Amino acid sequence: MSKKNETLKTVMVAGLLCFVCSIIVSVIVVTLRPQQAINADLDMKKNILMSAGLLNAGDDVNTVFNTLETVIFDIETGSVVSDIDAKAYDQIAAVKSSDYVVAIPADKDIAALGLRSKYAKAFVKKDEAGAYETVILSHWGKGLWSTMYGFIALGPDFNTIKGFGYYSQGETPGLGGEVDSPNWKAQWVGKKLFDAEGNIAFKVAKGVAKGESQVDGLSGATITANGVTSSIKYWFGEHGYAKLIQNLKMGAN
Amino acid sequence: MNIKKLVLEPIISDNPIALQILGICSALAVTVQLKNVFVMCAAVTLVVAFANMGVSLIRNHVPSSIRIIVQMTIIASLVIVAEQFLKAYLYDQWKTMAVYVGLIITNCIVMGRTEAFGMKNGPIESFFDGIGNGLGYSFILIIVGFFRELFGSGKLMGHTIFELTKDGGWYQPNGLMLLPPSAFFLIGIVIWLIRTKDPSQVEG
Repeated sequence: MSKKNETLKTVMVAGLLCFVCSIIVSVIVVTLRPQQAINADLDMKKNILMSAGLLNAGDDVNTVFNTLETVIFDIETGSVVSDIDAKAYDQIAAVKSSDYVVAIPADKDIAALGLRSKYAKAFVKKDEAGAYETVILSHWGKGLWSTMYGFIALGPDFNTIKGFGYYSQGETPGLGGEVDSPNWKAQWVGKKLFDAEGNIAFKVAKGVAKGESQVDGLSGATITANGVTSSIKYWFGEHGYAKLIQNLKMGAN
Repeated sequence: MNIKKLVLEPIISDNPIALQILGICSALAVTVQLKNVFVMCAAVTLVVAFANMGVSLIRNHVPSSIRIIVQMTIIASLVIVAEQFLKAYLYDQWKTMAVYVGLIITNCIVMGRTEAFGMKNGPIESFFDGIGNGLGYSFILIIVGFFRELFGSGKLMGHTIFELTKDGGWYQPNGLMLLPPSAFFLIGIVIWLIRTKDPSQVEG
């Protein structure tokens, strides 16, 4: 009898404790969720603007972000897609959705990504006459430890880099993690993605950069640097944004 | 029991890291930047204090066969709550240390205190024992974080103290300080200093 009582008590204590704990956790999670969503949204906007060098100290992130237009492009054809909600579309999450995912053929998969999204989400800044000033595009690729996610901003010739940055990476701090170093990122500004024939020429040099399509290597981080090079080569190569860039150029001329 | 003693004793004379050698894992992981250290310390201190108090409140009703899992449940709930608060109010810090906040669950100090103290003492004493042990943990982490950030990146709390050579200054940062094992050396030095000052802590 007492043994049975003990078992009953154990089950009751366990059940009651789980119930109380789950109530507390749920209440906290639900109450804090709106604030967290605001943070996540603001953080993404900040990353987009910072990668394009559009955010100065003291600027309000939302105000600056509202000067940008969000445009969805079909990566394969390079044409604008207007029948999906540009604000809600998430290019990275798209890889997990069967509607928006494209398998990368092995021979074209320079950055070993396996899958990419069907559509690109671009952030576009136009001048008063409606001409392109800046186009910001997503890119991601594997470093040594992690997949590094970032944005790259191109100028009106769709070749000159206006800014570059990762918003998520897990490389070794001080070595590969230096992809976040402001000095290194500053080198990207003004560099050309493509050579005179229109082929992707950009790379992270081994050592000191030579020419207008290279940035300095990262000492002690060869694998991370190679990852950066191959992800840029993929995303701006023929299976990546090449068509999109071509269309933008034709439209711009 | 004396509350002042409960809070102050774990800082030097019964430090959870230096004497009990608990919670080393996160001392290695989050001490690259002092800013993260403070967030981590606050989170751990609050989690230990409330977990200890929570366990103490129900200690007389918990069958001993499930006491460990009961403690885990309380600790895990508190850690989730702490992480949610960070995500809502200190988003940038949360981003850099999200994984480690979750890992407070496995921080040996928390479980060590609930099992060794919370199960045997009243809720108020347990709460302050938690605060004290949290502060003891913080004490070591702040020392480690201070030296790692200063010598590893020439900064403190993100402000430049030593101008780095790559920015045109004079200081060549010590790369070892950026890697987790450097915390072992620093914790070793702290333990050595404490035990030199107080030989009764020396084992054997």
